[in-house]
Amino acid sequence: MENIAQHPENAVEMRNITKTFGAVVANNAVCLSLRKGEILALLGENGSGKTTLMNMLSGIYLQDSGEILVCDRPVTIRSPKDAYALGIGMIHQHFKLVDVLSAAENIVLGLKGAQTLNRREINRQVAKIAAKYGFELDPAKKVYSMSVSEKQTVEIVKALYRGAEILVLDEPTAVLTPQETTRLFAVLRVMKSHGKSIIIITHKLNEVMEISDRVAILRKGEYIATVNTAETSQQDLTEMMVGRRVKLEIDRPACPHGDRKLHVTDLTCVSREGVTKLSHISFDAFGGEILGVAGVAGSGQKELCETITGLRTITSGSIIYRYTRGEMTIEENIAGMRADRIAQRGVSLAFVPEDRLGMGLVANMDIVDNVILRRYQENAGILINRKKYRPVCEKMVRELDIVTPGLSTPVRRLSGGNVQKVLLGREILSRPQVLICAYPVRGLDIVSSYRIYSLLNAEKEKGNAVIFIGEDLDVLMDLSDRLMVLCGGQISGIVDPRQCTKEEIGLMMTRVGNGKTGESA
Amino acid sequence: MTHSGEPFVRVVKRTDIEKGKAILYRVIALLCALTVGGLLVALLGYSPFQMYSDMVSGAIGKSLIAVNKQGVLEFSSSAQATMKIVTLLLVTSLGLTMAFKMKFWNIGGEGQILVGAICCSYIAVHYGDTWPRWLLLVSMFVVACIGGGLYALLPAIFKAKWGTNETLFTLMLNYIAINFITFLQYQPSWQMTGTSFPKIRDFADATRLPEVLGVHMGWIVALALAVLLYLYFSKTKHGYEVTVVGESANTAKYAGMDVPRIILRTMFASGAICGFAGFLQVSGASGTLTTDTGGGAGFTAITVAWLSGMNPLLMIIYACFIAVLQRGSNRIQTTMGIPKSAADMLIGIILFFMLGVEFFINYRLIFRTKQVKREAALQ
Repeated sequence: MENIAQHPENAVEMRNITKTFGAVVANNAVCLSLRKGEILALLGENGSGKTTLMNMLSGIYLQDSGEILVCDRPVTIRSPKDAYALGIGMIHQHFKLVDVLSAAENIVLGLKGAQTLNRREINRQVAKIAAKYGFELDPAKKVYSMSVSEKQTVEIVKALYRGAEILVLDEPTAVLTPQETTRLFAVLRVMKSHGKSIIIITHKLNEVMEISDRVAILRKGEYIATVNTAETSQQDLTEMMVGRRVKLEIDRPACPHGDRKLHVTDLTCVSREGVTKLSHISFDAFGGEILGVAGVAGSGQKELCETITGLRTITSGSIIYRYTRGEMTIEENIAGMRADRIAQRGVSLAFVPEDRLGMGLVANMDIVDNVILRRYQENAGILINRKKYRPVCEKMVRELDIVTPGLSTPVRRLSGGNVQKVLLGREILSRPQVLICAYPVRGLDIVSSYRIYSLLNAEKEKGNAVIFIGEDLDVLMDLSDRLMVLCGGQISGIVDPRQCTKEEIGLMMTRVGNGKTGESA
Repeated sequence: MTHSGEPFVRVVKRTDIEKGKAILYRVIALLCALTVGGLLVALLGYSPFQMYSDMVSGAIGKSLIAVNKQGVLEFSSSAQATMKIVTLLLVTSLGLTMAFKMKFWNIGGEGQILVGAICCSYIAVHYGDTWPRWLLLVSMFVVACIGGGLYALLPAIFKAKWGTNETLFTLMLNYIAINFITFLQYQPSWQMTGTSFPKIRDFADATRLPEVLGVHMGWIVALALAVLLYLYFSKTKHGYEVTVVGESANTAKYAGMDVPRIILRTMFASGAICGFAGFLQVSGASGTLTTDTGGGAGFTAITVAWLSGMNPLLMIIYACFIAVLQRGSNRIQTTMGIPKSAADMLIGIILFFMLGVEFFINYRLIFRTKQVKREAALQ
């Protein structure tokens, strides 16, 4: 690590890095420099090659061409071990921890040492690092009982324990509440003041402005520029990131208040393992509104979606859908009904699940086969007439600007945004009166995200009820007409996002009972 | 700028390969296999050319189809034996494909063949001399399919209800079926009348399938079945459901499919087709039941199914290919005195190349030297 001290300018320099995966050029002659003791934000849309570039720095991949200099010395990083030897530690988006081990055990895992573990000594050292940078960490706590934020802390301390001078964080705030984000940023600033160099991968502009000294921008695998944060604006950054001007406001059209479409009362769901996933959930969804659902990951969002769509059996409660068929208004309690039964009954609901390729679509099938997934039963007899569906698919591709080589390309070959458009497009095709979307913009670039928002708004304007389960609080607050906050499988409040601050909602995400209800706000 | 530490070769997944190129690669692989196999045989002191020509003539005879002494058109005697193997392999691999499309790893084909064979043998043994021929054949066909189907249903029920591992389950069921035949061989009512030799009696002529071109008519049924299954997977609702369940059970559930029912239904069909293969063996090929009735087809058919990429039409080609290899290797053992072990090695080498080429069709290798050149080109 002495080398770094001798060269105060650049901790890392990456020159003309190129990396291809098959025909895809993930990075094309990308250059990047990280000065010592700075926080550099690496900004780019999904698929712009940010993570690929950092994976080469941390030894996961090897570049096809180009060179990496650490402290002005050319190096070859062939494995994460090499990276650690050079003082580079990466905190991945998906944590790499062993659940049944404690924080301290995870931190020393894989390091050379004596035959026996001196837990006291390790705990002492871990506590020392934690105290130095202001982490809150119990070294003896098992990983499985930790929150996401605590796991992230373990990952960071693990890197520091291994002597990392250069830290790379891949979208660290994606899974955090606003309060946790504030705490993380405080820690990052302390680390910076201790001379650590930090790269933070993100696509959230407000965070870039808040934490970084400089911003490096990638677009579609190409290096665009590096600018000083103080001399730029969110609008400029967006333009560099997207390549053209984009409107950053999210519309919330005013719609006449519609009928109650969904009435959930006292819904409780206990998993097979005996864990209560949802506890006494009661809410309504109305036509002509978007009901946002906020909460820390794993607060019961998945279970909520799956119970109200009949994919998961409930323990108690009722789920009543109200929909019109022709002149008739039908009320149907789907509690205890299986998904195939619900479909047979003709309940007008559509669901865009979180796991697009693992649940919503069949990755290896083409667009036509995926569109017929939810409606192949309407064919009479034993055969499927695929030709009949081609015009519908062509229309969908045209109207939603789905970029695909053709209708017979497997959907796994499409980009994330186009995959989502196929999924959402198919669900809208069924003309649902209740549309449930779980994380519909996760992993999508800005342009695709805004396209999805406008599609959801269009559904709302048709008088349908939209339930939007999201993770980005800013988006949830801008898009929803009402916002339901979940915490630990309970509703901690249903609020009007126009009359609430982000901090208040953040608090509700971590504590039940503190939330204000929409009426009292 | 080169990287001294760069690995010598890297493996990169191909996104696309043209059809012509893929076929070319397979042809090259076959040529390589024949060359290496030839070298091996030459090393043992035999003539590779003689051997390959013997293999071909052993499998299909002087000419594939000829007019026999009675003036009837039929397959040559060598080709007749080969066609029987083709039929068995084709039907079995079609049966297994039902399960494989659903990512249900049914390696119990052998057992399902044998249970089908046992069921129809029961009728052949007990009613072969009394029932009319049409009733015998129809009832033998029906019980063979039901028997094989139920035998495959067993692991499917456990998988659908409790998520047991179907690979081990189906594998173990094979041995139960084989040993049950050994048990039957000691039952007086199944043995030849008047002997206590542990062998099941030869069945009455009325239980035998009619012949077409000198081979039991099963081969025509097998070809028709291949076309039928191709249509099943590409055109029907059921076929679509099977593929969706195979790709992702979660998606199937989300789409409102009754996943356990589809698993059970498909596995029954898979076992029933294998059981049908057993019926063809008993009633068509051999006219009796032994522990060798399956002839290992339950396992060889797995190779056929995979080589053809689960495409029922391609299965016809690959079933012929494997059958020719098997018959050819038998022939060179007798005509040239090549030991069985060497003949088995030869088959192993050929299959190794044919399966190995799939790697090169799916992946591309990049060598270090190429890398440097490409970089130079970039600069």
